[in-house]
Amino acid sequence: MTTRTVRFRIYRYDPDKDERPYMQDISAEVDEHDRKLLDALTKLKAKDETLAYRRSCREGVCGSDAININGKNGLACLTELDSLKQPIVLRPLPGLPVIRDLIVDMTQFFKQYHSIKPYLINNDPPPERERLQSQEEREELNGLYECILCACCSTSCPSFWWNPDKFVGPAGLLSAYRFLADTRDQATEERLDNLEDPYRLFRCHTIMNCVDVCPKGLNPTAAIGKIKDMMVRRFV
Amino acid sequence: MNIPVFKFDAVIVGAGGSGLRSAIQLSEAGLKTAVLSKVFPTRSHTVAAQGGVAASLGNSDADHWHWHMYDTVKGSDWLGDQDAIEYMCRKAVEAVVDLEHYGMPFDRTENGKIYQRPFGGHMSNFGEKPVRRSCAAADRTGHAMLHAMYQRNVKANTQFFVEWMALDLIRDSEGVVVGVTALEMETGQVVIFHSRAVIFATGGSGRIFASSTNAFINTGDGLGMAARAGIPLEDMEFWQFHPTGVAGAGVLITEGVRGEGGVLRNSDHERFMERYAPNAKDLASRDVVSRAMTTEIKEGRGCGPNKDYVLLDITHLEPATIMKRLPGIREISMQFAGVDPIKEPIPVVPTCHYQMGGIPTNYAGHVVAPDASGRQAIIPGFYAAGECACASVHGANRLGTNSLLDLLVFGKSAGDSAVADVKAEAAHRDLPANAADYSLARLNAINTQKDGVSVFEARQAIARTMQDHAGVFRFADLLKKGVTQILEVEKQVRRLEIKDKSQIWNTARVEALETENLIEVAKASMISAEARKESRGAHVRDDAPDTPEFPNGRNDKEWLKHTLWYREGNRIAYKPVQMTPLTVDTIALKTRSY
Repeated sequence: MTTRTVRFRIYRYDPDKDERPYMQDISAEVDEHDRKLLDALTKLKAKDETLAYRRSCREGVCGSDAININGKNGLACLTELDSLKQPIVLRPLPGLPVIRDLIVDMTQFFKQYHSIKPYLINNDPPPERERLQSQEEREELNGLYECILCACCSTSCPSFWWNPDKFVGPAGLLSAYRFLADTRDQATEERLDNLEDPYRLFRCHTIMNCVDVCPKGLNPTAAIGKIKDMMVRRFV
Repeated sequence: MNIPVFKFDAVIVGAGGSGLRSAIQLSEAGLKTAVLSKVFPTRSHTVAAQGGVAASLGNSDADHWHWHMYDTVKGSDWLGDQDAIEYMCRKAVEAVVDLEHYGMPFDRTENGKIYQRPFGGHMSNFGEKPVRRSCAAADRTGHAMLHAMYQRNVKANTQFFVEWMALDLIRDSEGVVVGVTALEMETGQVVIFHSRAVIFATGGSGRIFASSTNAFINTGDGLGMAARAGIPLEDMEFWQFHPTGVAGAGVLITEGVRGEGGVLRNSDHERFMERYAPNAKDLASRDVVSRAMTTEIKEGRGCGPNKDYVLLDITHLEPATIMKRLPGIREISMQFAGVDPIKEPIPVVPTCHYQMGGIPTNYAGHVVAPDASGRQAIIPGFYAAGECACASVHGANRLGTNSLLDLLVFGKSAGDSAVADVKAEAAHRDLPANAADYSLARLNAINTQKDGVSVFEARQAIARTMQDHAGVFRFADLLKKGVTQILEVEKQVRRLEIKDKSQIWNTARVEALETENLIEVAKASMISAEARKESRGAHVRDDAPDTPEFPNGRNDKEWLKHTLWYREGNRIAYKPVQMTPLTVDTIALKTRSY
């Protein structure tokens, strides 16, 4: 087995012992099975177990291992090691408080997600069997329901950086549109009212960082545009 | 030491499919409920399920729960309990319809109903021909399901303790379960959750194997906690090797690929499953397909430079079908195998995937274990559901799509049982004195160990031992060696040392605690496997070959029984298989073929 060295520069901060954060230069020996950044991090952690980061599914569906990689947000488990310039600079997702090393406090992110009432609202008594939905109606949800809540998008959005408490952010708005677009949902007016505010929706200035970083290839900006259209349409 | 006590009506450990399904029942019944999870709920491993959830909706083909029940009993190689299997298959339609009402974005048929696809081992009319029974949201069914259930819990105001790891079960002097200890990962704080019901929904522990489709978090925490609390683990010798893990990476490729028309090929480009399962072919049961693949590779018909994988071929399917029905698979193939399956077949190998055994329960979700007189008795206050539990509906081999069904049906029944029991009981029972001492001692031992073994080394030792001694095919001498070796590895695990002493988000500590759970699962699995001297379902050994007297090596006279492994003394006991269903006739023993 041939091994090679990968060089890293990693943001480190353990509030239990460090007075302030610092950048650590460290390297890992990887072999040909280590194709993804997460594989290299696993090797690194075997060498220095104090390095803290989140990870779980290692296949891009759980959304745990979002970090800032050479300046761009992404999932460590989907990022090809060979695509990265060395030293690989790893930082926690920007714009959220750091708890330790690469682990951020995601409270604000989830608060915004929860604020859009991310659940189906249908007050009719449920039928005995499934509610019907045509294939075309169901297609409307494609590109919306696949979000994994990794926060790559919202934490790359300058509008979210400035107003994380007021602007819902791309992830939350993508979910908002996921329910607006669902023919089974009855709360369209309530959902639009909830977003009718100078900040919650309208702080999106179509910078499109969200689209650029989404590891699932989703397009929050387009969804936000559709919500804005719905807002306009209900007044004409 | 002063340990805070949080008081709840019910505590659910785990926020994957079964935990979230239970939580809906408890929250909507108005119980004060805490859900503990090592990860944010939508990061639980249910999220990775792909192909679908079984229910005899009959939306595309005629179907009936009784046929589903037959397939499940046959799939289990008759080790499944027929009362629990009838219960699950009868409840399947309701379970799936509930999800649709929660907003789950199922794919649709032309008339707007839930889309269904064929899956391995699911047949119509008592084993006649494949039936479309797997209800799917593209190839992201688990993701769509987990998010829909999390969303329903947001609506129901369920209280989550995110990034908390449960440490140990608390039982009082009468053995009643009265709570759990748990560690808040962000602060390192240990807390007692005092409750009237504890539901374990902690998922699987596939990380005991070196090559696994499982997430890093699947470390059998519930099984470890149950075993340490004196509760036996059932049928732990039965591990499912999924036929199609991406070679090298281990990432899952759904059986739905074969459901949509994909076929397996060897180095001669032969569709070899036709030889092993003339009727169901590539849609035979998973244990059958995994063994066929392993045989092909062993006999030199593997592909690639080392001839160590076979190919999953969908290049004959319409690209539009692939894009619509299997978009996630295309993504995974390109990401982890470096091939676009529209143009090239995917290299695959059998990969550890699912634990059929677990904490013994009845179909109402109560944990049951033999009492002093040997009678199967409910352990008051304790419930389990999903992969961590053994109801037993999967017996010796699980059918694809029955895992998501299991977690829905038994998540709900465990939740309902807990609601009924809590409402019938007036107050919390007292906590035993020093209820957290055991957990604190474990933490302290890890913190203060010197010249010990690193978590990384210990985990590698567990995974290597399991992989080398208890794989797809098992050998009597290797199992014997495996038992000796895993007990040696246990000694290493008793001396885990961590360099990280921080209180804040100490992942080394969490991984050490997980390793203490993994070793319990590994011992249970190896020792139970060594003890079962027959071949059945996923457990196939060289000294129990296919003979006229024992077709497929299965020996119903001696081995039609469930294994129970006890941590204390590594004792093995057995209990009978429940052959009597709830309302229909027993599905009689038969030789299994596809």
